[in-house]
Amino acid sequence: MSAMVLPRTSIWPRRLQRAVLVLVAVVFMLVFLLLPLAVVFTEALAEGVRTFFAAITQSEAQSSIRLTLLVAAMVVPMNLMFGVAAAWAMARFEFRGKALLGALIDLPFSVSPVIAGLIYVLLFGAQGWFGPWLDAHGIRIIFAVPGLVLASIFITLPFVARELIPLMQAQGSEDEEAARVLGANGWQMFFRVTLPNIRWALLYGVLLCNARAMGEFGAVSVVSGHIRGLTTTMPLEVEMRYNEYDYVGAFAVASLLALLGLLTLAIKTLLEWRYGAELAAHAPGGR
Amino acid sequence: MAHTKRHRVLPGFGLSVGYALAFLGLIVLLPLAALAWKASGIGLAGLLHLLAEPRTQAALKLSFGGALAASLINAMFGLLVAWVLVRYRFPGRRLLDALVDLPFALPTAVAGIALTALYAPNGWLGRAFDALGVRIAYTPLGVGIAMVFVGFPFVVRTLQPVLESLDREMEEAAESLGARRSQVFVRVILPVLVPALLTGFALALARAVGEYGSVIFIAGNMPMRTEIAPLLIVQKLEQYDYVGAAALGVVMLGFSFVMLVALSLLQRWSRRWAETSP
Repeated sequence: MSAMVLPRTSIWPRRLQRAVLVLVAVVFMLVFLLLPLAVVFTEALAEGVRTFFAAITQSEAQSSIRLTLLVAAMVVPMNLMFGVAAAWAMARFEFRGKALLGALIDLPFSVSPVIAGLIYVLLFGAQGWFGPWLDAHGIRIIFAVPGLVLASIFITLPFVARELIPLMQAQGSEDEEAARVLGANGWQMFFRVTLPNIRWALLYGVLLCNARAMGEFGAVSVVSGHIRGLTTTMPLEVEMRYNEYDYVGAFAVASLLALLGLLTLAIKTLLEWRYGAELAAHAPGGR
Repeated sequence: MAHTKRHRVLPGFGLSVGYALAFLGLIVLLPLAALAWKASGIGLAGLLHLLAEPRTQAALKLSFGGALAASLINAMFGLLVAWVLVRYRFPGRRLLDALVDLPFALPTAVAGIALTALYAPNGWLGRAFDALGVRIAYTPLGVGIAMVFVGFPFVVRTLQPVLESLDREMEEAAESLGARRSQVFVRVILPVLVPALLTGFALALARAVGEYGSVIFIAGNMPMRTEIAPLLIVQKLEQYDYVGAAALGVVMLGFSFVMLVALSLLQRWSRRWAETSP
């Protein structure tokens, strides 16, 4: 700051500078983010509405939709329970190894989805640790629905916990301690004090967890085996149709997934606008 | 642990910690142990052989190099977008803000085929680039574009809260002392932003390195040229080379780990720099 004599004139007037920055940001986002979304719907409807509806009402499409809903219905409750338990442990107690527990919760976000699928193949596949035992008892995990569920649980494990931990830490435990002192037992305290305090953040976490579980591709692709009608979720059905050059069919199913994504985004934004204060500042997650 | 238990008013310590640990053990630790165990079967000589293969090297180079380049682009444009969203008021700002999360919300396979259709030689954008003699789809450039797409929200979302909490008085003080706008940005604003910028960069990088769904369609997957490391793992699996797949998985995790540790060291150093600079 030695050059105090420098005149404070910039080459561009500030307004122009602003306008240029806004324009660059808007154009970047339109081209990089919005155009791909527009392509999905344009391609899905390229051969008309009737072809589109035929493509999504085909029996394979229908079974992939059912399977996607089934997998999400199993994955979300598991990670909801885990998220609440982990957040309660992390935000309410001090204990040895707490930092390690936190790092473990975040770990799935930095593991490639393909590796997330691979580890279950190595555990439950024919060549895996439990492969021979499972085979002897006639239980199938890999190339079957349990494998899809396990891989999806791994991928979406951090969502609920990461949403709740910072919020519960910020809220503190006075309310809960008061409930205890006034004679509430543990579950009464949890259902009447804790849960109402965290409900919007919980919904937020569940929303993101669900969107990812329904849209997950890499991890389920590795454990699925691509058995049409049995182990193909919607993203896998998209891939198979695309590889068979059925572009309209692929984009038709993809457009349903894109609608799910848009719906998720809309609810998420609404939650942020209305209950921003009740959702703690959180690190970005999602994948 | 026993000595703190006496003072605990809140219930559920054993239950919550126990449940969380059991769940993590079964879902995360046990399968990762299986990965390490299977990978160790390759032996040191086998590992060196795997790493010396040109196809492995090309795939790792593409995955890590592409992710680095894509995350650098994301750091620049992410900073610009975060700045515009926090500092300026313009029509459509909130919509644009919501749009930032689109890559999180759009399933990767959907993004993959959409980007391919967009940048293919007959696609909306691909046609224009083709006329200029630039091929995007089925080249490393296409891989990079998919990686930019998936990593973009991380930088914006880590920078936004920091930009919002920035103390404008510092900027005004600097300006009243005669600093130019660019000086204020480089000397006052940037040092405070660097730690968050590095966090966003690291998150985008980790995501791009392991990305599969949005990349494989636009990549075209030609060995030695546009084959990413996760796809090589899948191909080893399809050839029943479980040990090779596991070893490559461990190598990828190891590289990512080293990179993230280096970034967190850089971040610690930059935080100190931010504290000591004016």
